[in-house]
Amino acid sequence: MNTIQIQKEPFDITAIQEQLRSDNPAIGAVVTFIGQMRDMNEGDQVSNMTLEHYPGMTEKALQVILDEADRRWALMGIRVVHRVGELQPLDPIVIVAVASAHRGEAFQACEFVIDYLKTRAPFWKKERTPEGERWVDARHADAAAEQRWGKGR
Amino acid sequence: MIEVLFFARLREQLGTAREQLEAAPELLDVGSVIEKLRGRCGVWEEVFGDGQTVLMAVNQQVANLTTPVKDGDEVAFFPQVTGG
Repeated sequence: MNTIQIQKEPFDITAIQEQLRSDNPAIGAVVTFIGQMRDMNEGDQVSNMTLEHYPGMTEKALQVILDEADRRWALMGIRVVHRVGELQPLDPIVIVAVASAHRGEAFQACEFVIDYLKTRAPFWKKERTPEGERWVDARHADAAAEQRWGKGR
Repeated sequence: MIEVLFFARLREQLGTAREQLEAAPELLDVGSVIEKLRGRCGVWEEVFGDGQTVLMAVNQQVANLTTPVKDGDEVAFFPQVTGG
């Protein structure tokens, strides 16, 4: 079973992994990605950031991504939690945890989900630097990371 | 009515998060909604001008200029996404 949560509050990394891990004795591997806020971007110091999203569409877009991951690999559960609102450096922004029988599927699916989330889920970052506030620009590297997954197998 | 939503940089540039447009025969797709908004000139023309990357959605699904729009739909415009 897959779950998607968008929330302002911090999330408990250990609890999310533990709950996913103990869900099914057929699970042999759990791979977790955690994205956290950096204090530096484009060469500038960043003191904090605000994350905006499109309520409703964000959940739907993530659901499509998780369904596609399930279609491509034999998985036993995916958890995605993404924070919105105010964030400080070192704050975890997103967790993607994927369970499967063997590590190969879990590693690949976890990377696939975060790559697709970065280019397809409607979230936007605004960061505060000594020069003021600015919206973060999309990175070409993220588009390239998405594209290497192709159209599916 | 067609509910039109703006997010992130677009919302700030336009100074509004949402508005309602009267459904009309000429508002048949997303492209024609953009044409109508662009016709207001000023910042609207800037935001929806040539060379600007604006993503669009209809009823919370990714759309393009030719996606049909009808009464009761939710149409959203936003910049490239930067989550994760």
